[in-house]
Amino acid sequence: MDTELRELYQQVILDHNKSPRNFRVIEHPSHSSEGYNPLCGDTIHLYLTIEDGIVKDISFQGSGCAISKASASLMSSMIKGKTIEEAKKIFEKFQEMITGKLDENSDIESLGKLAVLSGVKEFPARVKCASLAWHTLINAINEKKEAVTTE
Amino acid sequence: METNLKTNTNEKVFDIEKIRNDFPILKQLVHNKPLCYLDNAATTQKPQIVIDTINNFYSTINSNIHRGVHSLSEKSTQAYENARAKIKDFINAKSDKEIIFTSGTTASINLVAQTFGRKYVSDGDEIIVTRMEHHSNIVPWQLLCDEKNAKLKVLQINNKGELLLDDLKDLISEKTKLITVVHVSNTLGTINPVKEIIKIAHQNNVPVLLDAAQSIQHIEIDVQELDCDFLAFSGHKIYGPTGIGILYGKENLLDKMPPFMGGGDMISKVTFEGTTFNELPFKFEAGTSNIAGAIGLGAAIDYVHSIGIKNIKEHETNLLNAATGAVKEIPGIKIIGNAKEKTSVLSFVIDNIHPHDIGTFLDFEGVAIRTGHHCTQPLMDFFKVPATSRASFAFYNTFNEVEQLTIALKKTIEVLS
Ligand SMILES: Cc1ncc(COP(=O)(O)O)c(C=O)c1O
Repeated sequence: MDTELRELYQQVILDHNKSPRNFRVIEHPSHSSEGYNPLCGDTIHLYLTIEDGIVKDISFQGSGCAISKASASLMSSMIKGKTIEEAKKIFEKFQEMITGKLDENSDIESLGKLAVLSGVKEFPARVKCASLAWHTLINAINEKKEAVTTE
Repeated sequence: METNLKTNTNEKVFDIEKIRNDFPILKQLVHNKPLCYLDNAATTQKPQIVIDTINNFYSTINSNIHRGVHSLSEKSTQAYENARAKIKDFINAKSDKEIIFTSGTTASINLVAQTFGRKYVSDGDEIIVTRMEHHSNIVPWQLLCDEKNAKLKVLQINNKGELLLDDLKDLISEKTKLITVVHVSNTLGTINPVKEIIKIAHQNNVPVLLDAAQSIQHIEIDVQELDCDFLAFSGHKIYGPTGIGILYGKENLLDKMPPFMGGGDMISKVTFEGTTFNELPFKFEAGTSNIAGAIGLGAAIDYVHSIGIKNIKEHETNLLNAATGAVKEIPGIKIIGNAKEKTSVLSFVIDNIHPHDIGTFLDFEGVAIRTGHHCTQPLMDFFKVPATSRASFAFYNTFNEVEQLTIALKKTIEVLS
């Protein structure tokens, strides 16, 4: 496989695509939101239980490409237990990483496993796939009613 | 396989090596693999003669048309009007007046919606479309229906992706003002029985618009024989440039329709008391047209004509059959669109692999296909898929490329499933 392609589809991504974490419905979420990527028809429904500013539980449902599904799965693992403020900070850094704006000295380590998605920066058409779950998360946190679209 | 390339069509006319040499873009590597361009339903590549014609226009006779008395303007006007005549002959229209240059299929359909539609559709009237329309043959009618409080009715399809023609008679009522149908589905490749549709429509005094964006490059079209009232297509899908397209309309209909856009060239006389409009087709060509585009389209039509639509169709059908056969053999692949009459479009889904991932993997094998909803979301809903992968073949494609596609698909499935 081509190295650039392997960078994009790392084993961790293929694994999360095949067996996504937190892929379920939360019956009575405190927050939820829908995201939609009209370009590829990706949809995500995100459920959150937020108590005292902390994400106690998070789950998602939907359909999408390997990148968007793995991104949602990784996000859910990463965010659980974090405060809203922390989640927003991680999102900002993640966004910088996938759009190639992260400066070299910046510690990519703080993004943990999310770093496997850094290959996306070489594929501008796929940035939306990787960021859909995150935009949906921010919408859910901000309690925006309308669905996110990445267009 | 290579020996099959010169298919059983007339070998002299259909020399695939020679044809491929006419298309400079095809000779490149993508990710170090020979480009295998199978996104022809989105847009086709341009033969050198089209590129040269546009280049020559700008290098030698560029000037504005119709209003100049100088030599260059006369030459460019003549070239522009020659292109119109070529298109008239190509679809066998009665008169040049019936050939209107637009920017493409979308613009042509919107023109009809905003002129014919606005004039003849009113409160409670109905327009019939089909389940397999491109968004560009849905949304302009929805906008019109919203404005006029009219109703959009939909002719449904079966699981193979064929229209339920028998339902048409029941859909038509005395309120029906227009039936607007895609001739060939860009997503499924289905060739619709437009002749029958037109016959039924005319028995009920309803005019018919054909979206020929996906048929003009594959099927011989004779508008008089079909007896369609309007026909729309895009230059870029028939080996011509982008930004140019055609609306054909029967003269008596076009005559009665109000102008679309107002401006220069479409008028006869302008005063602040009132304006009289130019004759057909200029009434519908406001402003400076895409002159180079029109002339380029004329060159493309000449080129297609020199190969022959019949030869094109035959080779493309052979490619489709080869590809369909090969893809069917791959476990986990399901073909979407199994109509009896098809052009060379192969849409498919693969168990548990999203089309976008397929598209990216194929790109690394040099294979360019389209993935997504192909601007036909109601059709995606019918087949209950969010998106498909679509390989669409042109006459410059080869059996080797069918193999390149098949091998790339197998590799993709190996990694992703
Ligand atoms: C069936 C059909 N109709 C209409 C269109 C719109 O054509 P254009 O974008 O050139 O206006 C397309 C192009 O994708 C098409 O395939």
